[in-house]
Amino acid sequence: MIPFILRRLIQAFFILVLVTFISFIIMNMAPGNALQTFIDPRIPPSELAKAEASLGLDQPLPVQYLRWLKAVTEGNLGYSIKSGGGVLELILSRLGPTLILMGSAFILMFILALIIGIVSAAKPYSLTDYIATFTAFAGISIPGFFFALTLIYIFAVQLGWLPTSGLRTYQENLTGWSAFIDRVRHLVLPVTVLAFTGVAELVRHIRSAVTESLAQDYIRTAKGKGVSPLKVLTAHALRNSWLPIITLIGVALPRFFSGSVIVEVIFAWPGMGRLLVDSVFARDFPVAMGINLFAAILVLLGSLLADTLYAVADPRIRYE
Amino acid sequence: MTTAVIKPEAKARNRSLKQFLNHRAAVASAGVLILLIFTAVFAPWLAPYDPYDLAMTDTGMLEFEAPPSRTFLLGTDAIGRDVLSRLIFGGRISLTIGLVSASISILVGSILGVLAGYLGHWTDLVLSRFADAVSTFPALFLILTVSSFVRPSIFNVMAVIGLLSWMPTFRLMRAEVLRLKQVDFIEGAQALGANNFRIMLLHLMPNAIAPIIVQATLGVAEAILTESALSFLGLGVQQPIASWGNMLADARNMTVLQSQPWLWLPPGLAIFVTVLAINFMGDGLRDAINPRKG
Repeated sequence: MIPFILRRLIQAFFILVLVTFISFIIMNMAPGNALQTFIDPRIPPSELAKAEASLGLDQPLPVQYLRWLKAVTEGNLGYSIKSGGGVLELILSRLGPTLILMGSAFILMFILALIIGIVSAAKPYSLTDYIATFTAFAGISIPGFFFALTLIYIFAVQLGWLPTSGLRTYQENLTGWSAFIDRVRHLVLPVTVLAFTGVAELVRHIRSAVTESLAQDYIRTAKGKGVSPLKVLTAHALRNSWLPIITLIGVALPRFFSGSVIVEVIFAWPGMGRLLVDSVFARDFPVAMGINLFAAILVLLGSLLADTLYAVADPRIRYE
Repeated sequence: MTTAVIKPEAKARNRSLKQFLNHRAAVASAGVLILLIFTAVFAPWLAPYDPYDLAMTDTGMLEFEAPPSRTFLLGTDAIGRDVLSRLIFGGRISLTIGLVSASISILVGSILGVLAGYLGHWTDLVLSRFADAVSTFPALFLILTVSSFVRPSIFNVMAVIGLLSWMPTFRLMRAEVLRLKQVDFIEGAQALGANNFRIMLLHLMPNAIAPIIVQATLGVAEAILTESALSFLGLGVQQPIASWGNMLADARNMTVLQSQPWLWLPPGLAIFVTVLAINFMGDGLRDAINPRKG
């Protein structure tokens, strides 16, 4: 187990270095450099060149990369062109809402996928199986923004059941239980949209894993002993299927981030995805690239965590 | 000699075709897609009005934000253009972008994959970690960021999507090549003195085509979704050119969402149906090609 995790750590380190490298290259592709965007355009070019030299912007790119990397490791992701504030601080201020959104969506996705996956594996090629499979396919095929707009149209516009934007109702000063309910009501629609983007893949894995273990001898034994069908499914078949599903967490994370962009824009959710779109439109490249780097690091940590959990939970990995 | 080689392959192909035809959802989806492609190709003859100009009724009247009627089957938009015509022409743009972006990503992914798998060693190590690193970035994050500093045009949208989504193809091609390298005929080709370039192009790539086709299908679906999201946000295809994604952008306005569903429902459904059909077809192809599943 330890060698496996160590090897994975070394690999992750190399990927991390490449990730910073790619970020740096893309940042350099963006028009203008740090100085040109901050400085008064009336300043003569000769003065500008002097200032660039003092900041090291005339150095060859590899040198600039190393200097930038050093700053990044010290937690300095640069400064926003629009507000002048630190990029890292800006991102951290938006991290909370995104994590709430993605965390809730993750739980909902898992529940949905388990139900759909088990139902379709229990009775393969039945009508329920077809409906379950279709739902999962519909989930990956519907554009997030269209799904979101449709839900808003039905549940907010027509029925008036749920709010359509923000984290909470800002006009009222709710406290305690009613404040919590208010927050949950604001979460329902965005979380539903985000959860559905990942359901299909999870369903496919759960369905095939459960189908496979249902064919095993110990399932026949359990059935022979008179264990109820539901218990055979949940306690015996599923138990041996959920391990590989852990690693899917790592796969689901980047997709969740991508999905959160659309969801946050439509539901006016003050998270990272919305910050990205705002900064992209404001041509605030340091912020946009900072978000990319930050999200990539989170994804890397996520997949590392998933693999470690897998190694801890599955004894076979220790002997690999 | 030649026939002996071809026969089993032809048989396998027949079996695959039979498998595919048995997959009812996939066949129905293929039908839907043929219809969509037909509509896109013959758009100028099928569209009742000019998609870029004011649409006039028979009596020479202009109508703005008109609900669906017999003259305008899907109504008109805020500047008096016929929604049905824009939908038909929009399909042309969306399908083209999907196909071209997916082709770019398949081409890049296959070439890098065959290099990594066949050459191995450092080439493999560097390319594999590079693919890992690029796929660590959330796809839409990177695509949005890069789109913001290239000029928004159809060509750039295709290039950005294509060049940032080659990683799954790369992994697939690499794995296939690693598998094929163990097979005798590659060793045979090497023994006959074929050079590396020839082996990769003529022996490895054609034999890895089956899983790549499935990946390509799913890639088209993914690219159509990405393009529509980009255009919806205003960073993809720009007005006056219609794409299904930017037709939906109007619905971010609450009035349009509330009282003019004919403006956003049809393009949304069009994307949904197209992508669903492609995904079902990809699933059917996967079943047909994968010999383990009977």
